[in-house]
Amino acid sequence: MGRALAVFLFVMTGLSLWMFLSGKWWFPQSISEHGPAYDRQFLLTIVVVGVAFAAAQLALGYAVWRFRDTGGRERAVYSHGNNRMEMLWTAITAFIFITVAILGQRVWAGLHFEPAPADSARVRVLAQQFQWNFHYPGSDAKFGQTSPEKISDESLNYIGLDETDAASKDDAVSSTLVTQVNRPVELILMARDVTHAFWVPPLRFKQDAVPGLEIPVHFKPNKVGRYEIACAELCGQQHYKMKSFMLVLPADEYAALTALPQAQFQTRVAELYKKYPVIY
Amino acid sequence: MADAEVRHEDQPDAGHEHAPGVHHHGPPTGFIRKYIFSIDHKVIGIQYLLLALFSVFIGLVMSVLMRLKLTWPEQGWPGLATLFGEGAPGGVISPELYLSLVTMHGTIMVFFVLTTAPQGGFGNYFLPIQVGAEDMAFPVLNMLSFWVTFIGLLVLLAAIFAAGSTVVGPTGGWTGYPPLSAIGHLLNVPGQDWGLNLWVTSIAIFCVASLLGALNFITTLLNLRTRGMSLMRMPLTCWSWFTTAILALLSFPVLLAAGILLLLDHNAGTSFFVPGGLSNGTTVIPHQGGSPILWQHLFWFFGHPEVYIAILPGMGATSHILSTFARKPVFGYRAMVFAMFAIGLLGFFVWGHHMFLSGMSPYTGMAFSVLTLSIGVPSAIKTFNWLGTLWGGRIRFTTPMLFAIGFVSLFVAGGITGLVLGQSSLDLSMHDTYFVLAHFHLVMGVAAIFGMFAGTYFWFPKMFGRMMSERWGKIHFWPTLIGVYCIFIPMHSMGIVGMPRRYSQFTETVGGNREHIYKFLTSTDPLVMFVTVAAIVTAVVQVIFFWNFFYSMFKGEKASDNPWEATTLEWVTATPPPHDNFGGKVPTVYRGAYEYSVPGAPEDYVMQTTPDEALANADGNGHGGGYGKANGDDGHGR
Repeated sequence: MGRALAVFLFVMTGLSLWMFLSGKWWFPQSISEHGPAYDRQFLLTIVVVGVAFAAAQLALGYAVWRFRDTGGRERAVYSHGNNRMEMLWTAITAFIFITVAILGQRVWAGLHFEPAPADSARVRVLAQQFQWNFHYPGSDAKFGQTSPEKISDESLNYIGLDETDAASKDDAVSSTLVTQVNRPVELILMARDVTHAFWVPPLRFKQDAVPGLEIPVHFKPNKVGRYEIACAELCGQQHYKMKSFMLVLPADEYAALTALPQAQFQTRVAELYKKYPVIY
Repeated sequence: MADAEVRHEDQPDAGHEHAPGVHHHGPPTGFIRKYIFSIDHKVIGIQYLLLALFSVFIGLVMSVLMRLKLTWPEQGWPGLATLFGEGAPGGVISPELYLSLVTMHGTIMVFFVLTTAPQGGFGNYFLPIQVGAEDMAFPVLNMLSFWVTFIGLLVLLAAIFAAGSTVVGPTGGWTGYPPLSAIGHLLNVPGQDWGLNLWVTSIAIFCVASLLGALNFITTLLNLRTRGMSLMRMPLTCWSWFTTAILALLSFPVLLAAGILLLLDHNAGTSFFVPGGLSNGTTVIPHQGGSPILWQHLFWFFGHPEVYIAILPGMGATSHILSTFARKPVFGYRAMVFAMFAIGLLGFFVWGHHMFLSGMSPYTGMAFSVLTLSIGVPSAIKTFNWLGTLWGGRIRFTTPMLFAIGFVSLFVAGGITGLVLGQSSLDLSMHDTYFVLAHFHLVMGVAAIFGMFAGTYFWFPKMFGRMMSERWGKIHFWPTLIGVYCIFIPMHSMGIVGMPRRYSQFTETVGGNREHIYKFLTSTDPLVMFVTVAAIVTAVVQVIFFWNFFYSMFKGEKASDNPWEATTLEWVTATPPPHDNFGGKVPTVYRGAYEYSVPGAPEDYVMQTTPDEALANADGNGHGGGYGKANGDDGHGR
């Protein structure tokens, strides 16, 4: 029985490591500036995890094989422990874990401790059940006033935009997030009913959109294309298809699109969908 | 209580004799007082176990239904239409029913299985016996805590069917985040009206029951230990139940308060968790001034210690069983005790790692991240010491031992990925994916369940006077161990690819073709199928356990008083123990809990109640001094 258990532990450890090493199931390719740093930190962590996992499982496997009761008369070793080994082991794990924890702050700090760069494009995001609304300021770079009283799904005013405000004349609202390649974008995340979470896997970025809060976040996409946006916080029965897309456009296409008024904006986005199929 | 203290403190030589009148309650005779409203901790322990056994069955069936939905989202299943009505039109599990299953599976498993069986069940039965007491400190309170738990379970089950028009129970997840929980009914989210009310009420009731239990455990352990049972001679199981009780005492009141506030928000128009300016698409919702994040802080202030409430008793049982069947003293007993306390203490300072992306300050996230990874240190100490306990042993592979070794393997497999999830940076992608599911199911779900299986096979003979079948125990063990790894290891990969939690389906039929809703998940197809098959097989295999449990209760081989040749007090007394646990003879303890393979001793185990003289005489050298080490001193802390 001890040998069977040892064999199981060895095989299980091997297969588990294979799942991670095979590369069959891995992140989609990164499309953001902080992506490679994220990937490096993940790789470092998963190597530490893998080594610790394998070491513990193999030691366990070895112990149950080697120290199984084979029916002889001699007794087990009478020992209550070993303080020195205990302290050594504790020091080693503490050092490794704290080092990993400190290294792990870098990506986080780069994104969240710095304000958005001055040249960022700004987009206000109002999430609702089960739809994303991205609000663009237009050529005046000013967002029109919005208020919850003016929200009316029936007249397609999902964000409660005040049409009488001069600043809202050139605004566009779309379910598509439009960004420019290699230019930072600042999202101001909000939600109008329940908590949602903005998530684009190849962007390596996720953030809750919380009712009552305006959460500013920023990142820099660096690969042209169209990518799926998913909701990552349970928001109701249609949570599983609260889906939209993020377009990362070359500078000229981006400039042309964002200069368009609302009606033509939507048509142009539809054309860009055809031009940029979703590929991972 | 005064009587009990007098007995323990002031009767130096009456250790084996009962002072008259110390019995708070004689053995009951009527069926109802004996088996239903019993104040005997042993009966209450078994009641808790049976309640957990019923709950785990429901939770298990729910998990299989979820896997069916995820794998064949548009398939109808016989019987479901009858059971759930509109929740499963034509037998097809609707998205809202799926979310209801998610919510109820989580709530039932966390509260009524993981919190109930290890602590309320085994703890209740064995803590008094292992410390040499004849019952809990407050037997009536003990009875109340069980029956309050029972009412909590009834209310929770009612939630599934209470929604009336729409069928399903609450759909907001076991974490019940507002505003979805507080005002979901105003947004026409199914199941969030009466289903939500009953769900919160059930949890509030459960909090009260846990508080009663925790008080009892702490008092019993501190006040009713028998002569010679110093703290550092207690079995590690007692330490784990003690630590768990302290965690429960400090964390459940916070959840109780949060639950009451949520009920008020939901029904009385208050706004603790609901901010102003929300809209249902037509009108503004009349709430203002609350914060959804406040709930998350309160919930996880409870929720993280709860994880340790679920796993610590499993750690205790594992240490106990590994030592017993390795025939070796626990490696580093003191370190084990301190590590357990360190885990419990640190467990109160890491709740923020559930909330890195919640919108709380990113600086707070940094502090929580470092604290979280430090909790890996005491966890690593425990793992190291379990290996140390096995090292140099003479391992007997009984069924309880197999499950205890499984616990160690699963605890490592599940716990180690905390290193990934504890980093705020990496949560940018991993948060709310299947990677999280894999992590916590392995560590607090499956590992804790393995601890319970180990405990069940180990203590069953003492509880019911009969052995569980070893052969069927092993037939249960192997597919369960293989199965849980097959279910949960691939879930890590799904999470890395990016599969989000709480999605009721990943594919849908469009124009006759099955299409992925999200293209980035295309590669996970074979994994989804593999996990589902593994889950169904593993679930079916559990029938063996249920059968073995109930069959052995009546037909199993008769057990001796100490079938495992173990050392602690539960093995000193009769099988099953009499009403007052020790038949009027209160045991005196002479040594630590894990004196196995003591050189020179006649057997390879020395009972805690064996006096040094008996040992010495057996050896024939006439003095006990040679056994100085056999008093349970682990050589630490000198």
